[in-house]
Amino acid sequence: MKRLLIKYSSEISLKGLNRGSFENLLIHNIKKAIGNSANVIKDYGRMYIDIDGDSDDEVSEMVKKICKVFGVLSVGVADVVEKDIIKIGECASAQLKCMPDVKTFKVVTKRGDKKFPLNSMQISSKVGAIVLDNVPSIKVDIHNPELIINVEVRDNAYVYLKEYKAQAGMPYRSAGKGILLLSGGIDSPVAGYMMAKRGLEIVAVYYHSHPYTSERAKQKVIDLASKLSEYTGSIKLYVVPFTKIQMDIIEKCREDELTIIMRRFMMAIAGRIAKKEGALSLVTGESLGQVASQTLESMYVTDKVVDMPVFRPLVGMDKIEIMDISRRIGTYDISILPYEDCCTIFVPKHPKTKPRLSDVESSEKALDKENLINDAVENSEIIKLGENGEQIISKM
Amino acid sequence: MGIIYFDNSATTKPHREVIDEVAECMENHFANPSSAHRLGLDAEKKVKVARERVARLIGSSPEHIIFTSGGSEANNTAIRGVVSPGDHIITSKIEHPSVMKTMQFLEKEGCEVSYIGVDSRGIINMEELKGAIKENTKLVSIMHVNNETGTIQPIYDIVKAVKEKNKRAKIHTDCVQSAGKIKIDVEKLGIDMASLSAHKIHGPKGVGALYIRENQALRPLIYGGGQEMDLRSGTENVPGISGFGLAAKMISDDMEGKIKHVNEVKSHFIDRISEIDGAVVNSPADDFHLGNILNISFLGVKGEVLLHALEDYDIFVSTGSACSARRAHKNYVLPAIGLKPCYVESAVRFSFSYLNTIDEVDYTIEKLKTILSFLRRIKK
Repeated sequence: MKRLLIKYSSEISLKGLNRGSFENLLIHNIKKAIGNSANVIKDYGRMYIDIDGDSDDEVSEMVKKICKVFGVLSVGVADVVEKDIIKIGECASAQLKCMPDVKTFKVVTKRGDKKFPLNSMQISSKVGAIVLDNVPSIKVDIHNPELIINVEVRDNAYVYLKEYKAQAGMPYRSAGKGILLLSGGIDSPVAGYMMAKRGLEIVAVYYHSHPYTSERAKQKVIDLASKLSEYTGSIKLYVVPFTKIQMDIIEKCREDELTIIMRRFMMAIAGRIAKKEGALSLVTGESLGQVASQTLESMYVTDKVVDMPVFRPLVGMDKIEIMDISRRIGTYDISILPYEDCCTIFVPKHPKTKPRLSDVESSEKALDKENLINDAVENSEIIKLGENGEQIISKM
Repeated sequence: MGIIYFDNSATTKPHREVIDEVAECMENHFANPSSAHRLGLDAEKKVKVARERVARLIGSSPEHIIFTSGGSEANNTAIRGVVSPGDHIITSKIEHPSVMKTMQFLEKEGCEVSYIGVDSRGIINMEELKGAIKENTKLVSIMHVNNETGTIQPIYDIVKAVKEKNKRAKIHTDCVQSAGKIKIDVEKLGIDMASLSAHKIHGPKGVGALYIRENQALRPLIYGGGQEMDLRSGTENVPGISGFGLAAKMISDDMEGKIKHVNEVKSHFIDRISEIDGAVVNSPADDFHLGNILNISFLGVKGEVLLHALEDYDIFVSTGSACSARRAHKNYVLPAIGLKPCYVESAVRFSFSYLNTIDEVDYTIEKLKTILSFLRRIKK
């Protein structure tokens, strides 16, 4: 028998009375990723999926999908054998024989079933001995093995060579909801990914400045959101018409305050959408000091327009670190497409890096804030992204 | 008003008849023209008729035409098929990327390339050209009509100048923008090779042709079954080729009438654009510019922003510079005719087909007024 052996974050298994609900959510998310008909078997600290009827391609597709589910630590494709040391050893030998290039190995054992007569060390050494007997010209190397044979003794014995690393984190939707300000850049998708990894359900918001930004810029954000949905299952995206607000600010406010006032509108609109969506937080991709709008003073002034926590998971990261994550999660290549920032009209020559709240607030008096924000929210286009592609919920 | 499509130099809408012909070929003439049976012969006939029609479009005969996957492949075949490392090539500074990038590639391969400048109309500097011709000049590749400004090069004079100094130099002309838009007679022009594309004349995409004068020693880019006189292997794209043939025939019918109409559309546009402040015509209506292409700079407005604003009224145009294209690329054609950056950034290309109307121009002018007064609200 063959099974996928799914390890999940110890953070989940260490939960107290809530553990069951976290595990159930994780199972729900795994099923959503691989198809609801899948039977996920729950064991203490592990989950199993029987894969006897599936082809190798189907299995590797399944592994790939499960590896994107937050909360999963790793996936192993295991042979399931009786809890008998000889059978375990033979199974390991058979697996190793399929890999003729491997010269050195070691056995790593986890004994979940404490009733099993041998302890972990003893199991490893017995299995190692059987492998040495069965597989010609192979050696044990405890420190630097080319291959690790994993043995787990639980309800059955599990033997597997390769362990596919997953994202870790907490099950998606286990930690409330947040509104992600998604531009088309490198940072904001990473910020969304990081918060989603901690279990926060993400609703994305994009500010569209037609005709100053193109349909392709919007498509790019849609593509980024659907990339994120590979991890989250699905994602809702608000496309907020932003031109009128920008034009009004340009006409009625000081040039050096354009950026800060614009940011405050973005936050206020996201806050309004949060109320609508029942979300209790905002998420931005800001990193301290990266650009003029990301100074501490700017963050202080922008945060004043909302009454909920603003998560900035990248605040202490360097650009290089952010780019690394963005490459790893697959958003980088979309982010670097050139469609954004075609228009410099909204970027002041010398933006204020240390705006003062009282100054900004008095500048904003020239604007009909309430109506501008309401109009923008009401005229938003809402798109749902996920495995079913793009689904427009409401049009602009 | 429906869709106003003023982006005909990017591509044209295929004629209904062309679509039907393509479908008909896929449905009923699907055999491989190389097959020995009668269905093969039937498909071969489709290709034969198309070859005659395309040849006629440029005053040539069918044995000089090979079909390709489009204008870019025709350009690549013409250039890379002729030169070898160590050869000298002459081209202009305003060629299509499929020529320009090929030249840059060949420079790395050990060819020497002279890029000839153009004047403010976009016309090649003839003295510079004459001065560049050398003993080992193997190829001169100059486009007939530029895709952004519509400038028409004096190909006849160019050929004469080149042949006077170097008889063996081959002359290639990219006729993708000119074929079907002005009368072309490759024999009279005396060029050795000419590139054509179907989708610029209401034909299907993915098909083009290269005209090759006799006695050309051309190396193919694609080797294989030896189709297209051994110069372009690969099973013929019969539906595309047949659609191309039909499009060539349709554009040839009353071509003079079509040209006259397009010129009227352009002239009317230029007349009316005077109602708009800060609109500078970069491609006037004269003998040096094609009637199909009108390039205008709208000062103080980014071309790309104007493009997106026009979309709201279902008016579709192009900009040369901008990142709205697949990759952010710098426009090199408009600076080459001496336009300053602010004129380049604000340039929009309206490109017409004979199917466009005066009414469409009037509607567009009205919309331009509305849009510009909105966009110019902000001075920056």
